[in-house]
Amino acid sequence: MREDTRTITFAAIVCVTCSLLLSGTAAGLKSRQDANKAFDVKRNIVKAFGIDISEMKRPEIDASYQKHVTETTVDNLPIYTWTEDGSDKPSKYAFPISGKGLWSTLYGYLSLNADLETIAGISFYKHGETPGLGAEIEKDWFLSQFAGKRLYADGTTTDFIVAKPGYAQGDSAVDGISGATLTGKGVEALIRKDAAQYANYFNSIKGN
Amino acid sequence: MASAAKKLLMDPFSDNNPVTVQVLGICSALAVTVKVDTAIVMTLALTAVVSLSNLVISLLRNVIPSGIRMIVEMAVIATLVIIADQLLQAFLFDISKQLSVFVGLIITNCIVMGRAEAFALQNPPKDSLLDGIGNGLGYGIVLIAVAAIREVLGFGKLLGFPVLPESYMGNGLALLAPGAFIILGLLIWAQRTVTKMVEE
Repeated sequence: MREDTRTITFAAIVCVTCSLLLSGTAAGLKSRQDANKAFDVKRNIVKAFGIDISEMKRPEIDASYQKHVTETTVDNLPIYTWTEDGSDKPSKYAFPISGKGLWSTLYGYLSLNADLETIAGISFYKHGETPGLGAEIEKDWFLSQFAGKRLYADGTTTDFIVAKPGYAQGDSAVDGISGATLTGKGVEALIRKDAAQYANYFNSIKGN
Repeated sequence: MASAAKKLLMDPFSDNNPVTVQVLGICSALAVTVKVDTAIVMTLALTAVVSLSNLVISLLRNVIPSGIRMIVEMAVIATLVIIADQLLQAFLFDISKQLSVFVGLIITNCIVMGRAEAFALQNPPKDSLLDGIGNGLGYGIVLIAVAAIREVLGFGKLLGFPVLPESYMGNGLALLAPGAFIILGLLIWAQRTVTKMVEE
């Protein structure tokens, strides 16, 4: 009996000590972690607007976001707009994109030019695809293909295509990744899905 | 004493390496060795966890009730791993994103539990701490070696700096799990040939 009491007391002490340590760490680091996550989102939005951030430091990206980007929500859909210095009309519009790749859900942002039909830039910030194959979706050679490609034509979505590598034809297609056909199909599907979701909104502001 | 301490610290590097000799911790050795920087951070995280868990468990070794010995070990290890993960998320966010679930999976790394059971429960705190540091770094040296080979073959880079000419086409196989298996297998072969170790 005495042995049992000792065991239970010991277990209780271990539990309390561990939970105190953990909640202390979590609480103490939370603000820093949240700041990191918030910055990661901002960085990817700036990147999706077609800005080259590879040489930019954290404060520069923060400043650029602060200066140019405005967040709004329309019908529960988040929209980000980019306004150049000295202008009061947005020159680019971005929205979040997400969908299934091969192994994982891909998350990113896609931006449109002021014509509201062609793509200005795209970025992916979270995925679990295979390094060297599907993970190439976050590489510049893949992402840079999207700029200038047509997402909407006459107010409806185009059938955007991620083609077999080397076979991209027309102004709504990009080359896929060799060895990552299914990740490419996923990118194609998620772009079509999210483009359709935002079609109404972009049509509604087009007249203005 | 000095030589005994040195033996504790240095044995895991070669004669008793946790990866190449005991073949433990292979899962993470395949997963986080695509680039050298992630391998280094993983090494530091695991070394911190295994040395501190060895220290704590060694300090508690005479008071842990035998009935709940393993659960207490798991609680100590899990607490340390979560703290390490939280610190990485706060201070090395980009690398913690790349390491993703593998920091959390240090909990299930056989090396940590193995050293707690096999060493820390029978030995005084100072020796256990040294044993933990030795095993963490012994694991890390293999990790970093595999990562260096994979990063050079796969990307033509080392720690992000180009080491091979621009015209080098990355070798995709080196970046995939099979490439890691092959490299790890060759390392184990080389290491066992040098130390003349034979499985019984």
